[in-house]
Amino acid sequence: MDHFPTNWGRPRNDAFDAYGTHPIHQRPYNGPKDAFADGVQHTQQPIVTGTSVLAIKYKDGIMMAADNLASYGSLARFKDVQRLCPVGQYTVIGAGGDMSDFQYIQHIMEELTIDENSAQDGHELGPVEIHEYMSQVMYARRSKMDPLWNSLIIGGFKDGKRFLSYVDLLGTTYSASTLATGYGSYIAQPLLRKAVEGYEDILTEEDARKVLENSMRVLFYRDARSLNKYQIATITSAGVNISDSLHLETSWSFAEGIRGYGAQTQ
Amino acid sequence: MPDMAALAHPQQRQFNPYSENGGTILAIAGADFSVIAGDTRQSEGYSIQTRYAPKVFRLTDRAVLAVNGFAADGNMFVKKVKQRLEWYRHAHAKDMPLRAIARLIQTMLYARRFFPYYVYNILGGIEEDGTGAVYSFDPVGSYEREACRAAGAASSLVQPFLDNQIYFKNQRPAAGTSHPAHLPLPTVLSIVIDSFTSATERHIEVGDGLEMYVVLAKGRTLQGLEGIRGMQELTATEDGERVFIVRRDLKRD
Repeated sequence: MDHFPTNWGRPRNDAFDAYGTHPIHQRPYNGPKDAFADGVQHTQQPIVTGTSVLAIKYKDGIMMAADNLASYGSLARFKDVQRLCPVGQYTVIGAGGDMSDFQYIQHIMEELTIDENSAQDGHELGPVEIHEYMSQVMYARRSKMDPLWNSLIIGGFKDGKRFLSYVDLLGTTYSASTLATGYGSYIAQPLLRKAVEGYEDILTEEDARKVLENSMRVLFYRDARSLNKYQIATITSAGVNISDSLHLETSWSFAEGIRGYGAQTQ
Repeated sequence: MPDMAALAHPQQRQFNPYSENGGTILAIAGADFSVIAGDTRQSEGYSIQTRYAPKVFRLTDRAVLAVNGFAADGNMFVKKVKQRLEWYRHAHAKDMPLRAIARLIQTMLYARRFFPYYVYNILGGIEEDGTGAVYSFDPVGSYEREACRAAGAASSLVQPFLDNQIYFKNQRPAAGTSHPAHLPLPTVLSIVIDSFTSATERHIEVGDGLEMYVVLAKGRTLQGLEGIRGMQELTATEDGERVFIVRRDLKRD
Protein backbone atom coordinates (compact mmCIF):
# COMPACT_ATOMS: atom_id res chain seq x y z
CA MET A 1 0.00 0.00 0.00
CA ASP A 2 1.33 3.40 -0.99
CA HIS A 3 0.55 5.76 1.89
CA PHE A 4 1.33 8.92 -0.07
CA PRO A 5 -1.79 10.29 -1.78
CA THR A 6 0.28 12.36 -4.21
CA ASN A 7 1.48 9.12 -5.73
CA TRP A 8 -2.04 7.75 -6.29
CA GLY A 9 -3.09 7.36 -9.85
CA ARG A 10 0.41 8.13 -11.12
CA PRO A 11 2.94 5.86 -12.82
CA ARG A 12 5.16 4.21 -10.23
CA ASN A 13 8.25 4.67 -12.29
CA ASP A 14 9.71 7.04 -14.85
CA ALA A 15 9.96 4.09 -17.17
CA PHE A 16 6.18 4.11 -17.63
CA ASP A 17 6.19 7.79 -18.60
CA ALA A 18 9.37 8.43 -20.48
CA TYR A 19 8.19 11.79 -21.84
CA GLY A 20 7.33 13.25 -18.42
CA THR A 21 3.60 13.94 -19.09
CA HIS A 22 2.93 13.77 -15.34
CA PRO A 23 4.53 16.38 -13.09
CA ILE A 24 7.00 14.40 -11.02
CA HIS A 25 9.23 17.07 -9.56
CA GLN A 26 7.85 17.14 -5.99
CA ARG A 27 6.75 13.56 -5.71
CA PRO A 28 8.19 11.76 -2.67
CA TYR A 29 10.31 8.70 -3.37
CA ASN A 30 9.51 5.70 -1.21
CA GLY A 31 11.78 3.09 -2.79
CA PRO A 32 14.95 1.70 -1.31
CA LYS A 33 17.73 4.21 -0.86
CA ASP A 34 21.40 4.02 -0.08
CA ALA A 35 21.99 6.47 2.74
CA PHE A 36 25.75 6.46 2.13
CA ALA A 37 25.71 6.81 -1.64
CA ASP A 38 26.45 10.53 -1.63
CA GLY A 39 27.98 10.63 1.83
CA VAL A 40 31.60 10.06 0.99
CA GLN A 41 33.36 11.38 -2.08
CA HIS A 42 36.63 9.70 -2.94
CA THR A 43 39.19 10.84 -5.48
CA GLN A 44 38.32 8.72 -8.47
CA GLN A 45 40.50 10.50 -10.98
CA PRO A 46 43.02 13.28 -11.04
CA ILE A 47 41.73 16.66 -12.30
CA VAL A 48 44.47 19.28 -12.47
CA THR A 49 47.65 17.33 -13.09
CA GLY A 50 51.39 17.79 -13.21
CA THR A 51 53.51 15.63 -15.50
CA SER A 52 57.01 14.14 -15.04
CA VAL A 53 59.48 14.71 -12.23
CA LEU A 54 63.11 13.70 -12.82
CA ALA A 55 65.80 13.08 -10.22
CA ILE A 56 69.37 11.81 -10.20
CA LYS A 57 72.23 11.22 -7.80
CA TYR A 58 75.48 13.06 -8.52
CA LYS A 59 78.82 13.70 -6.85
CA ASP A 60 77.61 16.29 -4.34
CA GLY A 61 74.09 15.03 -3.66
CA ILE A 62 70.74 14.94 -5.43
CA MET A 63 69.44 16.97 -8.36
CA MET A 64 65.75 17.10 -9.32
CA ALA A 65 63.77 18.73 -12.12
CA ALA A 66 60.08 19.39 -12.84
CA ASP A 67 58.31 21.79 -15.16
CA ASN A 68 55.90 24.54 -14.05
CA LEU A 69 52.75 23.28 -15.75
CA ALA A 70 49.53 22.07 -14.16
CA SER A 71 47.20 20.75 -16.88
CA TYR A 72 43.41 20.47 -16.86
CA GLY A 73 43.05 17.51 -19.18
CA SER A 74 44.68 18.65 -22.41
CA LEU A 75 44.36 22.33 -21.44
CA ALA A 76 47.58 23.95 -20.23
CA ARG A 77 45.71 25.53 -17.31
CA PHE A 78 48.31 26.85 -14.80
CA LYS A 79 51.75 27.73 -16.12
CA ASP A 80 53.50 28.95 -13.00
CA VAL A 81 53.09 26.07 -10.57
CA GLN A 82 55.96 24.90 -8.38
CA ARG A 83 56.07 21.11 -8.26
CA LEU A 84 59.32 20.90 -6.27
CA CYS A 85 58.83 21.75 -2.63
CA PRO A 86 61.38 21.88 0.20
CA VAL A 87 60.55 20.04 3.44
CA GLY A 88 62.74 20.82 6.44
CA GLN A 89 66.40 21.59 5.80
CA TYR A 90 67.49 18.43 4.01
CA THR A 91 64.68 17.30 1.71
CA VAL A 92 62.80 18.12 -1.47
CA ILE A 93 59.55 16.50 -2.58
CA GLY A 94 58.72 16.54 -6.29
CA ALA A 95 55.19 15.67 -7.35
CA GLY A 96 53.40 14.48 -10.46
CA GLY A 97 49.68 13.70 -10.61
CA ASP A 98 46.83 15.62 -8.98
CA MET A 99 47.98 19.08 -7.91
CA SER A 100 45.24 19.60 -5.29
CA ASP A 101 46.30 16.36 -3.61
CA PHE A 102 49.88 17.65 -3.77
CA GLN A 103 48.85 20.90 -2.06
CA TYR A 104 47.25 18.77 0.66
CA ILE A 105 50.53 16.82 0.97
CA GLN A 106 52.43 20.10 1.31
CA HIS A 107 49.97 21.04 4.05
CA ILE A 108 50.66 17.73 5.87
CA MET A 109 54.42 18.29 5.54
CA GLU A 110 54.13 21.82 6.92
CA GLU A 111 52.18 20.56 9.95
CA LEU A 112 54.72 17.78 10.45
CA THR A 113 57.73 20.09 10.32
CA ILE A 114 56.09 22.54 12.73
CA ASP A 115 55.30 19.71 15.17
CA GLU A 116 58.82 18.31 14.96
CA ASN A 117 60.38 21.73 15.31
CA SER A 118 58.23 22.55 18.33
CA ALA A 119 59.49 19.46 20.13
CA GLN A 120 63.01 20.95 20.20
CA ASP A 121 64.38 17.53 21.06
CA GLY A 122 67.56 17.83 19.04
CA HIS A 123 66.20 15.60 16.26
CA GLU A 124 65.56 16.82 12.75
CA LEU A 125 63.57 15.07 10.04
CA GLY A 126 65.74 13.89 7.18
CA PRO A 127 64.74 12.55 3.78
CA VAL A 128 64.62 8.95 5.10
CA GLU A 129 62.04 9.82 7.74
CA ILE A 130 59.99 12.00 5.39
CA HIS A 131 59.91 9.25 2.76
CA GLU A 132 58.84 6.65 5.34
CA TYR A 133 56.13 9.00 6.63
CA MET A 134 54.82 9.78 3.14
CA SER A 135 54.81 6.13 2.08
CA GLN A 136 52.74 5.24 5.15
CA VAL A 137 50.31 8.08 4.35
CA MET A 138 50.02 7.03 0.69
CA TYR A 139 49.57 3.33 1.55
CA ALA A 140 46.97 4.12 4.22
CA ARG A 141 44.96 6.23 1.78
CA ARG A 142 45.04 3.56 -0.96
CA SER A 143 43.90 1.02 1.66
CA LYS A 144 40.87 3.25 2.37
CA MET A 145 40.19 3.23 -1.39
CA ASP A 146 40.68 7.00 -1.21
CA PRO A 147 44.11 7.55 -2.71
CA LEU A 148 46.17 10.70 -2.97
CA TRP A 149 46.62 10.64 -6.75
CA ASN A 150 50.32 11.43 -6.97
CA SER A 151 53.72 10.02 -7.83
CA LEU A 152 56.26 11.54 -5.46
CA ILE A 153 60.03 11.62 -5.68
CA ILE A 154 61.72 12.40 -2.40
CA GLY A 155 65.35 13.44 -2.53
CA GLY A 156 67.65 14.63 0.19
CA PHE A 157 71.10 14.89 1.72
CA LYS A 158 71.78 14.48 5.43
CA ASP A 159 74.74 13.35 7.54
CA GLY A 160 76.89 13.04 4.41
CA LYS A 161 74.43 10.60 2.79
CA ARG A 162 72.42 11.02 -0.40
CA PHE A 163 68.86 9.73 -0.44
CA LEU A 164 66.56 9.30 -3.42
CA SER A 165 63.28 7.39 -3.30
CA TYR A 166 59.85 7.15 -4.88
CA VAL A 167 56.31 6.59 -3.61
CA ASP A 168 53.01 6.63 -5.51
CA LEU A 169 49.24 6.47 -5.04
CA LEU A 170 49.38 2.69 -4.41
CA GLY A 171 52.02 3.06 -1.70
CA THR A 172 54.61 1.38 -3.93
CA THR A 173 58.12 2.49 -2.99
CA TYR A 174 61.60 2.06 -4.47
CA SER A 175 64.91 3.82 -4.72
CA ALA A 176 67.54 3.97 -7.43
CA SER A 177 70.25 6.35 -8.59
CA THR A 178 67.91 7.73 -11.25
CA LEU A 179 64.16 8.17 -10.86
CA ALA A 180 61.44 9.54 -13.12
CA THR A 181 57.65 9.73 -12.84
CA GLY A 182 54.91 9.73 -15.48
CA TYR A 183 56.00 10.08 -19.10
CA GLY A 184 59.52 10.67 -17.84
CA SER A 185 59.72 7.02 -16.79
CA TYR A 186 59.40 6.03 -20.46
CA ILE A 187 61.24 8.85 -22.20
CA ALA A 188 63.78 10.30 -19.75
CA GLN A 189 64.65 7.28 -17.57
CA PRO A 190 66.71 5.50 -20.27
CA LEU A 191 68.68 8.72 -20.93
CA LEU A 192 69.24 9.25 -17.21
CA ARG A 193 70.35 5.64 -16.60
CA LYS A 194 72.82 5.80 -19.45
CA ALA A 195 74.31 9.03 -18.10
CA VAL A 196 74.25 8.27 -14.37
CA GLU A 197 74.44 4.53 -13.53
CA GLY A 198 77.99 3.82 -12.46
CA TYR A 199 78.95 7.52 -12.48
CA GLU A 200 77.07 8.61 -9.34
CA ASP A 201 80.30 9.62 -7.57
CA ILE A 202 81.94 11.19 -10.63
CA LEU A 203 79.17 13.35 -12.12
CA THR A 204 79.75 17.05 -11.33
CA GLU A 205 76.97 19.54 -10.70
CA GLU A 206 77.52 20.93 -14.19
CA ASP A 207 77.27 17.45 -15.75
CA ALA A 208 74.14 16.62 -13.75
CA ARG A 209 72.49 19.89 -14.73
CA LYS A 210 73.27 19.22 -18.40
CA VAL A 211 71.79 15.70 -18.21
CA LEU A 212 68.58 16.93 -16.58
CA GLU A 213 68.21 19.92 -18.90
CA ASN A 214 68.58 17.68 -21.94
CA SER A 215 66.05 15.18 -20.57
CA MET A 216 63.57 17.98 -19.87
CA ARG A 217 64.04 19.18 -23.44
CA VAL A 218 63.37 15.72 -24.89
CA LEU A 219 60.26 15.52 -22.68
CA PHE A 220 59.09 18.91 -23.93
CA TYR A 221 59.50 17.71 -27.51
CA ARG A 222 57.51 14.51 -26.96
CA ASP A 223 55.21 14.91 -23.91
CA ALA A 224 52.16 16.96 -24.93
CA ARG A 225 51.40 17.80 -21.25
CA SER A 226 54.77 19.40 -20.59
CA LEU A 227 56.13 22.96 -20.64
CA ASN A 228 59.42 24.58 -21.64
CA LYS A 229 59.52 26.35 -18.26
CA TYR A 230 60.99 24.29 -15.42
CA GLN A 231 62.90 24.36 -12.16
CA ILE A 232 65.92 22.45 -10.89
CA ALA A 233 66.49 21.61 -7.23
CA THR A 234 69.81 20.59 -5.71
CA ILE A 235 70.16 19.04 -2.29
CA THR A 236 73.77 18.90 -1.08
CA SER A 237 75.80 19.36 2.11
CA ALA A 238 75.13 23.08 1.58
CA GLY A 239 71.38 22.46 1.96
CA VAL A 240 68.39 22.78 -0.34
CA ASN A 241 68.39 25.07 -3.34
CA ILE A 242 65.44 25.38 -5.72
CA SER A 243 66.15 27.50 -8.78
CA ASP A 244 63.98 30.19 -10.27
CA SER A 245 62.05 29.13 -13.34
CA LEU A 246 64.35 28.30 -16.25
CA HIS A 247 63.55 28.41 -19.95
CA LEU A 248 64.35 25.52 -22.30
CA GLU A 249 66.13 26.37 -25.54
CA THR A 250 64.47 24.41 -28.31
CA SER A 251 64.94 24.18 -32.03
CA TRP A 252 62.16 23.15 -34.38
CA SER A 253 63.94 23.75 -37.68
CA PHE A 254 64.38 19.99 -38.15
CA ALA A 255 60.62 19.78 -38.71
CA GLU A 256 61.18 21.25 -42.17
CA GLY A 257 63.17 18.20 -43.18
CA ILE A 258 60.70 15.55 -41.98
CA ARG A 259 59.12 13.64 -44.84
CA GLY A 260 56.45 10.96 -44.75
CA TYR A 261 54.03 11.97 -41.96
CA GLY A 262 51.70 14.35 -43.78
CA ALA A 263 50.70 15.75 -47.16
CA GLN A 264 53.77 16.72 -49.12
CA THR A 265 54.05 17.47 -52.75
CA GLN A 266 57.67 16.35 -52.89
CA MET B 1 13.82 10.12 -7.64
CA PRO B 2 17.15 8.32 -7.65
CA ASP B 3 18.01 6.53 -10.84
CA MET B 4 16.47 3.07 -10.43
CA ALA B 5 19.01 1.46 -12.73
CA ALA B 6 21.87 2.85 -10.66
CA LEU B 7 20.37 1.50 -7.42
CA ALA B 8 19.92 -1.96 -8.85
CA HIS B 9 23.52 -2.05 -10.07
CA PRO B 10 25.89 -0.36 -7.61
CA GLN B 11 28.41 1.85 -9.35
CA GLN B 12 31.81 0.31 -9.96
CA ARG B 13 34.73 2.21 -8.47
CA GLN B 14 37.51 2.30 -10.99
CA PHE B 15 40.48 2.78 -8.65
CA ASN B 16 42.46 -0.45 -8.50
CA PRO B 17 44.37 -0.72 -5.21
CA TYR B 18 46.63 -3.51 -6.48
CA SER B 19 49.57 -3.82 -8.81
CA GLU B 20 51.98 -6.60 -9.77
CA ASN B 21 55.70 -5.95 -9.35
CA GLY B 22 57.26 -9.05 -10.91
CA GLY B 23 60.26 -10.97 -9.65
CA THR B 24 60.58 -14.50 -8.36
CA ILE B 25 61.38 -16.13 -5.03
CA LEU B 26 62.35 -19.66 -4.11
CA ALA B 27 63.28 -21.74 -1.05
CA ILE B 28 64.75 -25.19 -0.57
CA ALA B 29 65.06 -27.11 2.71
CA GLY B 30 67.97 -29.44 3.43
CA ALA B 31 68.50 -31.88 6.31
CA ASP B 32 70.07 -29.26 8.58
CA PHE B 33 69.95 -26.07 6.53
CA SER B 34 67.60 -23.98 4.46
CA VAL B 35 68.18 -21.71 1.46
CA ILE B 36 65.79 -18.81 0.70
CA ALA B 37 66.40 -16.74 -2.42
CA GLY B 38 64.89 -13.99 -4.54
CA ASP B 39 65.89 -11.71 -7.40
CA THR B 40 66.15 -7.96 -6.74
CA ARG B 41 64.37 -6.48 -9.77
CA GLN B 42 61.16 -4.51 -9.18
CA SER B 43 59.04 -3.78 -12.23
CA GLU B 44 55.58 -2.63 -13.28
CA GLY B 45 54.41 -3.53 -16.76
CA TYR B 46 57.37 -3.25 -19.12
CA SER B 47 59.22 -0.71 -16.93
CA ILE B 48 61.98 -1.61 -14.50
CA GLN B 49 61.36 0.55 -11.43
CA THR B 50 64.62 -0.37 -9.71
CA ARG B 51 67.36 -2.97 -10.05
CA TYR B 52 67.68 -3.39 -6.30
CA ALA B 53 64.58 -3.89 -4.14
CA PRO B 54 65.06 -6.81 -1.71
CA LYS B 55 62.26 -9.38 -1.51
CA VAL B 56 63.93 -11.65 1.07
CA PHE B 57 64.19 -10.62 4.71
CA ARG B 58 65.90 -12.02 7.81
CA LEU B 59 63.27 -12.27 10.57
CA THR B 60 65.31 -14.02 13.27
CA ASP B 61 68.52 -16.09 13.33
CA ARG B 62 66.45 -19.11 12.34
CA ALA B 63 63.77 -17.65 10.08
CA VAL B 64 63.91 -15.87 6.72
CA LEU B 65 60.84 -14.62 4.84
CA ALA B 66 60.53 -14.08 1.08
CA VAL B 67 57.61 -12.02 -0.26
CA ASN B 68 56.49 -11.66 -3.86
CA GLY B 69 53.58 -10.01 -5.63
CA PHE B 70 52.40 -6.45 -4.96
CA ALA B 71 55.46 -4.73 -3.50
CA ALA B 72 53.61 -2.18 -1.33
CA ASP B 73 51.60 -4.97 0.34
CA GLY B 74 54.76 -7.08 0.65
CA ASN B 75 56.74 -4.38 2.45
CA MET B 76 53.82 -3.61 4.76
CA PHE B 77 53.32 -7.31 5.53
CA VAL B 78 57.00 -7.86 6.38
CA LYS B 79 56.93 -4.75 8.56
CA LYS B 80 53.94 -6.11 10.51
CA VAL B 81 55.43 -9.61 10.88
CA LYS B 82 58.68 -8.12 12.21
CA GLN B 83 56.67 -6.01 14.64
CA ARG B 84 54.80 -9.08 15.95
CA LEU B 85 58.11 -10.96 16.35
CA GLU B 86 59.56 -8.05 18.33
CA TRP B 87 56.54 -8.05 20.64
CA TYR B 88 56.99 -11.81 21.09
CA ARG B 89 60.66 -11.25 21.99
CA HIS B 90 59.73 -8.65 24.58
CA ALA B 91 57.03 -10.89 26.07
CA HIS B 92 58.91 -14.20 26.13
CA ALA B 93 62.63 -13.27 26.02
CA LYS B 94 63.29 -15.58 23.07
CA ASP B 95 62.79 -15.74 19.34
CA MET B 96 59.55 -17.24 18.04
CA PRO B 97 59.98 -20.82 16.72
CA LEU B 98 59.64 -21.31 12.97
CA ARG B 99 56.38 -23.29 13.02
CA ALA B 100 54.86 -20.60 15.24
CA ILE B 101 55.92 -17.90 12.79
CA ALA B 102 54.29 -19.93 10.02
CA ARG B 103 50.98 -20.08 11.91
CA LEU B 104 51.28 -16.37 12.76
CA ILE B 105 51.68 -15.56 9.08
CA GLN B 106 48.63 -17.65 8.18
CA THR B 107 46.53 -15.82 10.79
CA MET B 108 47.75 -12.41 9.65
CA LEU B 109 47.02 -13.21 6.00
CA TYR B 110 43.57 -14.65 6.71
CA ALA B 111 42.69 -11.63 8.86
CA ARG B 112 42.71 -9.74 5.56
CA ARG B 113 40.61 -12.37 3.76
CA PHE B 114 38.27 -9.76 2.28
CA PHE B 115 40.97 -7.23 1.28
CA PRO B 116 43.94 -9.53 0.88
CA TYR B 117 47.64 -8.73 0.92
CA TYR B 118 48.34 -9.53 -2.74
CA VAL B 119 51.51 -11.41 -1.79
CA TYR B 120 52.90 -14.92 -2.05
CA ASN B 121 55.01 -15.74 1.03
CA ILE B 122 57.71 -18.35 1.44
CA LEU B 123 59.14 -18.84 4.92
CA GLY B 124 62.38 -20.77 5.34
CA GLY B 125 64.57 -21.63 8.29
CA ILE B 126 65.36 -24.17 10.97
CA GLU B 127 62.67 -25.98 12.96
CA GLU B 128 63.01 -26.51 16.75
CA ASP B 129 64.10 -30.13 16.11
CA GLY B 130 67.03 -28.82 14.02
CA THR B 131 65.67 -29.78 10.60
CA GLY B 132 65.59 -27.42 7.64
CA ALA B 133 62.06 -26.32 6.74
CA VAL B 134 60.19 -24.39 4.09
CA TYR B 135 56.62 -23.12 4.54
CA SER B 136 54.74 -21.71 1.57
CA PHE B 137 51.58 -19.58 1.67
CA ASP B 138 48.95 -18.30 -0.73
CA PRO B 139 47.75 -14.67 -0.43
CA VAL B 140 44.90 -15.54 1.97
CA GLY B 141 46.87 -17.81 4.28
CA SER B 142 46.60 -21.42 3.11
CA TYR B 143 49.96 -22.95 3.98
CA GLU B 144 51.94 -26.18 4.15
CA ARG B 145 55.44 -27.35 5.01
CA GLU B 146 57.43 -28.52 2.00
CA ALA B 147 60.96 -29.35 0.92
CA CYS B 148 61.02 -26.73 -1.82
CA ARG B 149 58.84 -24.07 -3.43
CA ALA B 150 59.11 -21.37 -6.09
CA ALA B 151 56.68 -18.43 -6.33
CA GLY B 152 56.21 -15.28 -8.36
CA ALA B 153 56.49 -14.31 -12.00
CA ALA B 154 58.70 -17.21 -13.08
CA SER B 155 57.28 -19.84 -10.70
CA SER B 156 55.85 -21.75 -13.65
CA LEU B 157 59.37 -22.01 -15.08
CA VAL B 158 61.23 -22.78 -11.85
CA GLN B 159 58.86 -25.12 -9.95
CA PRO B 160 58.93 -27.95 -12.55
CA PHE B 161 62.74 -27.74 -12.55
CA LEU B 162 62.76 -28.09 -8.74
CA ASP B 163 60.26 -30.97 -8.89
CA ASN B 164 62.76 -32.73 -11.14
CA GLN B 165 65.98 -31.80 -9.32
CA ILE B 166 64.83 -31.89 -5.67
CA TYR B 167 61.98 -34.41 -5.66
CA PHE B 168 63.56 -36.42 -8.57
CA LYS B 169 60.22 -36.47 -10.40
CA ASN B 170 60.41 -38.37 -13.70
CA GLN B 171 63.84 -39.68 -12.75
CA ARG B 172 64.65 -43.31 -12.16
CA PRO B 173 67.60 -44.16 -9.91
CA ALA B 174 70.40 -46.28 -11.34
CA ALA B 175 69.96 -50.00 -10.67
CA GLY B 176 70.73 -50.91 -7.06
CA THR B 177 70.69 -47.26 -5.86
CA SER B 178 68.05 -44.86 -4.57
CA HIS B 179 67.53 -41.11 -4.70
CA PRO B 180 68.95 -39.20 -1.69
CA ALA B 181 66.35 -37.88 0.77
CA HIS B 182 68.24 -34.61 1.19
CA LEU B 183 70.76 -32.85 -1.01
CA PRO B 184 74.01 -31.33 0.30
CA LEU B 185 74.28 -27.53 0.61
CA PRO B 186 76.66 -26.90 -2.34
CA THR B 187 74.33 -28.84 -4.66
CA VAL B 188 71.32 -26.86 -3.45
CA LEU B 189 73.11 -23.55 -3.96
CA SER B 190 74.03 -24.47 -7.53
CA ILE B 191 70.43 -25.49 -8.22
CA VAL B 192 69.24 -22.12 -6.87
CA ILE B 193 71.74 -20.15 -8.97
CA ASP B 194 70.87 -22.18 -12.08
CA SER B 195 67.13 -21.63 -11.44
CA PHE B 196 67.58 -17.87 -11.39
CA THR B 197 69.96 -17.61 -14.36
CA SER B 198 67.48 -19.69 -16.37
CA ALA B 199 64.47 -17.67 -15.18
CA THR B 200 66.39 -14.50 -16.10
CA GLU B 201 66.94 -15.81 -19.61
CA ARG B 202 63.30 -16.67 -20.23
CA HIS B 203 61.30 -14.19 -18.12
CA ILE B 204 61.47 -10.42 -18.64
CA GLU B 205 60.48 -9.62 -15.03
CA VAL B 206 63.40 -11.56 -13.51
CA GLY B 207 66.99 -10.32 -13.36
CA ASP B 208 69.45 -7.67 -12.11
CA GLY B 209 70.51 -9.30 -8.84
CA LEU B 210 70.16 -12.45 -6.74
CA GLU B 211 70.07 -12.63 -2.96
CA MET B 212 70.38 -16.05 -1.32
CA TYR B 213 69.97 -16.48 2.41
CA VAL B 214 71.43 -19.62 3.99
CA VAL B 215 70.26 -20.70 7.46
CA LEU B 216 72.38 -23.33 9.22
CA ALA B 217 71.13 -25.49 12.10
CA LYS B 218 72.67 -25.17 15.55
CA GLY B 219 76.10 -26.82 15.69
CA ARG B 220 76.35 -27.38 11.94
CA THR B 221 79.75 -26.49 10.57
CA LEU B 222 80.25 -24.22 7.60
CA GLN B 223 81.17 -27.34 5.65
CA GLY B 224 80.42 -26.82 1.96
CA LEU B 225 80.20 -23.03 2.27
CA GLU B 226 83.92 -22.20 2.59
CA GLY B 227 84.51 -21.57 -1.08
CA ILE B 228 81.43 -19.40 -1.65
CA ARG B 229 82.27 -15.99 -3.08
CA GLY B 230 80.98 -12.86 -1.36
CA MET B 231 79.27 -14.58 1.56
CA GLN B 232 78.37 -12.42 4.54
CA GLU B 233 77.21 -13.53 8.00
CA LEU B 234 74.10 -11.87 9.48
CA THR B 235 73.80 -13.88 12.71
CA ALA B 236 72.81 -11.76 15.72
CA THR B 237 73.05 -14.24 18.62
CA GLU B 238 75.75 -16.67 19.82
CA ASP B 239 75.57 -20.48 19.92
CA GLY B 240 72.42 -20.84 17.89
CA GLU B 241 71.39 -21.10 14.26
CA ARG B 242 73.45 -19.00 11.84
CA VAL B 243 72.27 -16.88 8.91
CA PHE B 244 74.32 -15.95 5.87
CA ILE B 245 73.64 -13.98 2.73
CA VAL B 246 75.19 -14.59 -0.69
CA ARG B 247 74.74 -11.98 -3.43
CA ARG B 248 75.16 -12.58 -7.15
CA ASP B 249 74.63 -10.50 -10.29
CA LEU B 250 72.02 -11.52 -12.81
CA LYS B 251 71.65 -10.25 -16.37
CA ARG B 252 70.18 -6.74 -16.50
CA ASP B 253 68.47 -6.90 -19.93
